[in-house]
Amino acid sequence: MKKLESPDELVKFRKSLELKYRSDKIRVLICTTGCRALGAEEVFKAFKAEIKKLSLEDKVEIVDTGCQGLCARAPVLTIEPMGIFYGRVTEMDVTEIVSRTILKGEVIERLCYTDAGKRIPYVRDIPFYSKQEKIVLRNCGEIDPKNIHEYIVRDGYAALSKVLSDMTPEDVIHEMKSSGLRGRGGAGFPTGNKWEFVKKAAGDIKYIICNGDEGDPGAFMDRAVLEGDPHTVIEGMLIGAYAIGARKGIIYVRAEYPIAVEHLKIAIEQAKTLGLLGENILGSQFGLDLEIKMGAGAFVCGEETALIASIEGKRGMPRPRPPFPATNGLWGKPTNINNVETFANVPVIILKGSEFYKAIGTETSKGTKIFALAGNVKNTGLVEVPMGTTLREIVFDIGGGIPGRKKFKAAQMGGPSGGCVPAQHLDLSIDYETVKEVGAIMGSGGLIVMDDSASMVEIARYFMEFCQDESCGKCVPCRIGTKRMLDILTRITKGEGKKEDIDLLRELAEVTKTASLCGLGQTAANPVLSTIRYYINEYEELINKKSSQTSPQQSSAQQS
Amino acid sequence: MQKNVTLNKESSPSVDLAQCRSILSNYSSVTHADLIPILQLIQDAYGYLPQDVLIEISAKTHIPLSKIYGVVTFYSQFYLEPRGKYTIKVCTGTACHIKGAPDIKKKISDVLQIQEGETTPDYKFTYTPVACLGTCFLAPVMMIDGRYYGKLTVEKTEAILKGY
Repeated sequence: MKKLESPDELVKFRKSLELKYRSDKIRVLICTTGCRALGAEEVFKAFKAEIKKLSLEDKVEIVDTGCQGLCARAPVLTIEPMGIFYGRVTEMDVTEIVSRTILKGEVIERLCYTDAGKRIPYVRDIPFYSKQEKIVLRNCGEIDPKNIHEYIVRDGYAALSKVLSDMTPEDVIHEMKSSGLRGRGGAGFPTGNKWEFVKKAAGDIKYIICNGDEGDPGAFMDRAVLEGDPHTVIEGMLIGAYAIGARKGIIYVRAEYPIAVEHLKIAIEQAKTLGLLGENILGSQFGLDLEIKMGAGAFVCGEETALIASIEGKRGMPRPRPPFPATNGLWGKPTNINNVETFANVPVIILKGSEFYKAIGTETSKGTKIFALAGNVKNTGLVEVPMGTTLREIVFDIGGGIPGRKKFKAAQMGGPSGGCVPAQHLDLSIDYETVKEVGAIMGSGGLIVMDDSASMVEIARYFMEFCQDESCGKCVPCRIGTKRMLDILTRITKGEGKKEDIDLLRELAEVTKTASLCGLGQTAANPVLSTIRYYINEYEELINKKSSQTSPQQSSAQQS
Repeated sequence: MQKNVTLNKESSPSVDLAQCRSILSNYSSVTHADLIPILQLIQDAYGYLPQDVLIEISAKTHIPLSKIYGVVTFYSQFYLEPRGKYTIKVCTGTACHIKGAPDIKKKISDVLQIQEGETTPDYKFTYTPVACLGTCFLAPVMMIDGRYYGKLTVEKTEAILKGY
């Protein structure tokens, strides 16, 4: 494969690929990332073998894709162009799918999605999909992430090409600011402004870093994007690097995500081969060298200064800010750090324009947000919705509601830094500000649904145990505050609580929040404060009754 | 995050340094930034980070042993003790937690007669809880080496362990 030397060559190359890919072939899209855990690779292999056996290679293409979202039905597959969706597919089903659905166009009822006893064969009719709006996940689950051609044919690297030929770095920053995109890692800082700080920072050497250290328990959005569409993240980073003047980029990925690392490595190699990474990209003066760094198991490394320390080979402990990484980052140089999902938004904003983007969402929060929907909800999976969608729409319309005869009790948003949103706020339109007002945070997008069997004191204890364990120990308020809060919460759940414990928790929470060095400690008390706010009766009940509550459920566990 | 481990000469079996030397020979000059990737490669080769290997890394890279020890004990995925043949990672993420992970953890401890973070005396299993495997749809879930076991029950967990 020859390097693409100009934007024109990229256009020509895309045209040549279109002929190859937009044929009348039937495409069987099989998720082999998340679904791998339930036997998707065996299904993929069985399809390959069956197609070969029947000599259907010219008519049917078997594609191994990233996450298709509806993880609750894993292993899943979609058959295009018909748009038929099958779930819980096993190797044993493959022969029948080929002979009936692919060759005769028949629907196999038992593999279809069911809603209230009704079988729904087509993706477009399944409420889980029809209520979503896919910008970041536009390719995820629809292309082979290990093949750059499939990305390019879907306008991949067209945004990069537009930036290099028609836009100055200032234009790019202006467009980003105008789009209203805010950081998807949780804090929601405006991306365009961050880029501008780094661009204006003094220094010849600048770095761009992608934070893929997704550590919140219950969050798997970034994993899915890196596994299912790595090129969109790389393209976003390239555009960011051009805007801020960086020549070196690093993607920091959590060690628990081996498939993400594997797909990124392949993507980087393929982009290099085509001249989309390296020196003189598309014949321009711009170049970027991109490298992957794997984490080694430390939640606090999701904090930007700790992440930088980890890349520098040190203990991943945060340091006080300012100075911010924008002026003093990696190796003391100006550094821009964005989250995976943030970068994945960039190509769309550049290609479709900020006007398109800011038309989606609310006054203060533009675009879409991906949520990892899990817990006591029917359709566990990955959903992308416009900002401003209500919690009720996500949990009930898209998520299919609570399984069994249980009732919705709360949605835990934002992981260990977040809080529980109770049933009275189900009609809350979700954006950065509204979620904060009710005591949770947008966070990275973990959304755990809890039914009425969940004990909220136990949930608070659970998150405190997590924060206490992951506290790096550098600053006293976090190191000791989390430990003391955990002691008290454990005591209460064991039925040994004291009357003064609730006030004591509030006081400790306040100190830990105001005096801790980094986000971990500053937010560690949120789950405690939010559960005290909405479920103080559960605390009081445990303290007064002195009854034991050691299991996370008040009654038996339930399965979806 | 702190691990209660010490470098102990007596308990450390002697190791062949050839693999370590071969990995280090791929680096012409080692900077501090290479330390974590080097430790990851070496651990992949040995299964853990033996004391003699750390001393060798320090000698070759001129990074003080104290600094290396500081890094190794900070990150949960570096091990100073030999590991079992199979590593059981039990997800303790939120979704798994509310779907019964605490019972699963208790069952593993009961069946293997070891606590979290420990290795069975016959070095067959190392049992470690992890923050989140990012596969919440399988909750409660555990991973034994590269293989996922989802939607666990206490009975299923016991059967899986006995199958190894």
